[in-house]
Amino acid sequence: MIALLGLVVGVVAGLFFEPSVPVALQPYLPIAVVAALDATFGAFRALLDDIFDEKVFVVSFVSNVLVAGLIVYLGDQLGVGSQLSTGVVVVLGIRIFSNAAAIRRHLLHA
Amino acid sequence: MPDHPSTPDPVPEPATGPATGSGSGPVRHTEPVHDRRETSRTSARSGREVLLTALRRRPGRGQTVAGVLLALLGFAAAVQVNAVNSDTPYAGTRRDDLVQLLQTLSAAQDRSSRQLAELRATRDSLVASTDQRAAALEEAQAQLEAVQVLAGTVGVAGPGVVITIDDPTDSVSSLELLNAIQELRDAGAEAIEINDTARVVAQTAVGDGTSLSDGRLTVGSETVTAPYVIEAIGNPDTLSAAVAFRGGLTDDVEVVGGTVTVDTPDEVRITSLAPEAETDFVQPST
Repeated sequence: MIALLGLVVGVVAGLFFEPSVPVALQPYLPIAVVAALDATFGAFRALLDDIFDEKVFVVSFVSNVLVAGLIVYLGDQLGVGSQLSTGVVVVLGIRIFSNAAAIRRHLLHA
Repeated sequence: MPDHPSTPDPVPEPATGPATGSGSGPVRHTEPVHDRRETSRTSARSGREVLLTALRRRPGRGQTVAGVLLALLGFAAAVQVNAVNSDTPYAGTRRDDLVQLLQTLSAAQDRSSRQLAELRATRDSLVASTDQRAAALEEAQAQLEAVQVLAGTVGVAGPGVVITIDDPTDSVSSLELLNAIQELRDAGAEAIEINDTARVVAQTAVGDGTSLSDGRLTVGSETVTAPYVIEAIGNPDTLSAAVAFRGGLTDDVEVVGGTVTVDTPDEVRITSLAPEAETDFVQPST
């Protein structure tokens, strides 16, 4: 319940304050958001599997974001930033899809 | 995505296995899951029940942390969406992409300016050729007018002299008339007409008519009778001097018993036209 509330509060705050993204963070923010989404979907699936653990969620959330940012940073340093970001987004997208499928099976039995 | 719609709730799903295998939330639980899932399946808690329970759970520290994280996620997502949809569409674009965009744009600009230069050159040459055509047309028009004047196919007007030859004894012959024409031409007459009917041009012949001394002469195809009025356009002073000089036209005519009067009006109008000259034999030689 609090988690849902937090999500809503975050979205509202982002829309309300309309802060501009710092230049240094601009390449990383989209990837970080996708990585966090992946962690969130994984957590939701774990919740439905009845194996949810807050600590695991926090660690996976933070590490997902950090690793995604690290990969993008590395890619930028190596000169393959855009391709590597695309790769990260694809991988995370696949994971989000499979997690979403598991969630669907739990909730809809289909 | 490989899916098993017929099986209601397969526990170790091959489709979702790889997804949980590399570091997201449920990973660490993959191993313990099996045992617990085996037991939980017997307890038959469906996904919805779990969800409802989770929603009704009393708030604890972990829940708060998760809420904060999700708030962060929502915040970041909203900010990013805003940034992408903002007025500056290239604000979030990567530097490499920006460089490529810039190169594409400058290449396009080069192409456009080359096209512009070509089109300008085309336009300039077209304008120049139009000018040339206009100049050529003007030149041709001037030549046409000069040739028409020489051929006597248009009426002309200008300063000149009117020479009247009175011939009471009908003794002025073609000789005197021809002499008068030659003198006028020699003095630079540009157009000559006799008795308002006969235009004197290059092809014009002067003859004595059917018989000598009947007061009738032929000029070209026209017959003229005394008094002969010769109108000539040219410098009036030169023309009148050419008529009056000693041993010239005046003396010739007075020898045979006629009189010559020279008048210099401001404008001499020559309205008769020479017949159109037709050439059957002559051709321009190259």
